[in-house]
Amino acid sequence: MKGALQLCMFAALAACSGLPEKKHFDEKDFGEIEALMMRDFHPRGSAKMDRIAPDALQKACNLADNAPSPEAAKALEAQQFSTIKFPSGNLMGDWKNGQKIAQSGRGLQWNDKPGAAGGGGCYNCHQLSPQEASYGTLGPSLLGFGKQRGTSLEMQRYAYGRVYNAKAYNACSQMPRLGYSGTLTEQQIKDVVAYLLDPASPVNR
Amino acid sequence: MKRLAVVLAAAFFSLPAPAQDAKKEIEKYQRMINDSSPAELFELEGESLWKKPQGPRNVSLERCDLGMGPGVLKGAYAHLPRYFQDTDRVMDLETRLLHCMMSLQGRSREEATRRVFGNEDKPSEMELLSAYIAGESRGVPMQPGTKHPKEIAAYELGRKLFFFRTGPWDFSCASCHGEEGKRIRMQDLPVLSEPASARPVVATWPAYRVSNSQFKTMQWRINDCYRQMRMPEPNFASELTNAVNLFLTTTGQGEPYRGPGTKR
Amino acid sequence: MADPMKIRTTVGAEYTEVRVLMVHPMETGQRKDSGGNLIPIHFIQEMSVKLNGKTVLEGQISQAVSRNPVFSFRLKGAKSGDKLEIAWLDNRGERNRTETAIA
Repeated sequence: MKGALQLCMFAALAACSGLPEKKHFDEKDFGEIEALMMRDFHPRGSAKMDRIAPDALQKACNLADNAPSPEAAKALEAQQFSTIKFPSGNLMGDWKNGQKIAQSGRGLQWNDKPGAAGGGGCYNCHQLSPQEASYGTLGPSLLGFGKQRGTSLEMQRYAYGRVYNAKAYNACSQMPRLGYSGTLTEQQIKDVVAYLLDPASPVNR
Repeated sequence: MKRLAVVLAAAFFSLPAPAQDAKKEIEKYQRMINDSSPAELFELEGESLWKKPQGPRNVSLERCDLGMGPGVLKGAYAHLPRYFQDTDRVMDLETRLLHCMMSLQGRSREEATRRVFGNEDKPSEMELLSAYIAGESRGVPMQPGTKHPKEIAAYELGRKLFFFRTGPWDFSCASCHGEEGKRIRMQDLPVLSEPASARPVVATWPAYRVSNSQFKTMQWRINDCYRQMRMPEPNFASELTNAVNLFLTTTGQGEPYRGPGTKR
Repeated sequence: MADPMKIRTTVGAEYTEVRVLMVHPMETGQRKDSGGNLIPIHFIQEMSVKLNGKTVLEGQISQAVSRNPVFSFRLKGAKSGDKLEIAWLDNRGERNRTETAIA
C-alpha cells in the first residue's frame, strides 16, 4: 500500500479513536513480532514468507482490536472498496459450480497443489443451503440470501463485492478477502454470486 | 476416510436432519469415544520407546529431566511448558524431548526432527513419547510455569501472537477461537483466551484422533492451525510455538489432567 | 503372533461391564497408499466371548469399524475371578485369543 495512504489511515485512527478497553498491541510490537515470525516460520508449498508481515489494513485492525472508530472504519472500507475489480456486465455465473466452491475448503494452504482450483470455504462459517446440515456459525446464516434481495445488477455487485473483499463493507470483518487474496478467480466469484442469488439455487428454495 | 464418522455423515445427507440433531449425535459419539481408547496403545509403545537406547551414545531417554528431576515422569507433563535453567528458555514437552534426544542420546537436531509428525501406519517418536509422558500426569492439576521472567515474557508474546491478524486470509487465532458459541462446520470452537473454555482443552491434549487413527500433539496442533490460516510453516520447537503453547496452557491452567484425550 | 487385547472389567450389582481394546489395522480396502495403490482389505470378521468356557457372545464385524476398535458389553452372572476369553478371526484367517480373569 502507498505510504501516503498508510499515513492517512493512521492519522484518521489517531485523531478519531479513543483507546480501546483491551489493547493487545502497541505500534512498537509490530517490528518485534514480525522479526520473530520471520525467524520462526519457514516457507512451504505456496505459502511464502511474504505472508508474514501484516498489511496496513491488518495493522489498523490489530491496533484497534478489530473495533475501529466509525470514521476510521469508513476510511478503511473506502480504501478496500477501491481494490475490487468488478467485471463488466452480468455478474451471475453457474450456481452448481458455486455450490462446489462453497463446499471446498482448499486453496492457499501449503499442502494444496499450486494451480489446483481453490474453494471459498463458505460452509466453514456460513449456513447456505437448507439441505446442508454441516455448516459453521462464525458468520451469519445466508439462507434465502437471494430470495430476500432479488437479482438486480446492484445486488449482484453487492454480493460480488462482499466475496471479493469483505473489508470494503466491514473494515475489520473476520471474513477473508477471497478475490483480493487471489483465492478465487473472477469466474469462481460469479459462480458464488449465482449460488447466493439465483432463484434456482438451493440457497433460495 | 473412515467408519463411524462416514456412517454418521451419510445419515445426515440421506435425511434432511436439522443441525441440532446432528449436534446431539456428535456429543453422544464424543462421550462414547472417551470411554477406553486406542490412545492407550500409544502410551504403551511410548513407554518402550522411552526406555530404548538410541543415538550415537546408545542411551535411553530415562535420565531426561522434564522439569522435576532426571527421569521423574509423574506430574512432569502437568508442569509444562516452563523455564529450564540449563537451556535458559521456556520449553514445552516436545521441545524438551528434542533437547534430551540431542544432549543425552547425542542425536543431531536434523535427525531427531526429520519426522516429528507421523501417520496412521507409523506414529512419530514425539507422538509416542508424548502419549506416554502425558499419561503419567493423569489427575495432576495443570500448572505450567508462570513466575520466571522468561515465562512471563513468553506468555505475553503468546498472547500477542494469539490476536495477531496477518496472512492472506487476515486470520489470527482469535478469528476462530475468539467468540463464544461458534463452530467451524460442525466442530465447536473453544474460546482459548478464556480460562473456562480453555481448561477442558488443556486437560485433554495430546490426543488420539479417531477419524484418522493418529495421535496428535500440541506442536502438531499449532502447526496445523497455521496451515489452515494460510500461513507458512512454524519451526518445530521454536520460541514462537512455545510462546503460543505457554499462553494456551496458562489460560487453561488448574484443571486436573485427564490423560491423553480421544477426539473426533 | 497378534498383539494381545487389552481387557478391562468392572463388576457391578446387576452386570459386569467389559471393555476390550483390540489391535488391528481394520483396512476398508478403499484406502490408497502413497503410490496410489489400493491397500488390501484386512479386518476382523468375527469375535466371540467365553465366560468360564461357555460362549456368551458372538459378533460379526465389518470393515466399517475403526482401526484398533474398542468394544464394550455387559455380562450377567459374572463374578470376580471368573475366566473371560475373547477371540477374533479376521478375513485373512488370522486369529487372536486373549484370556483374563474378571477383576
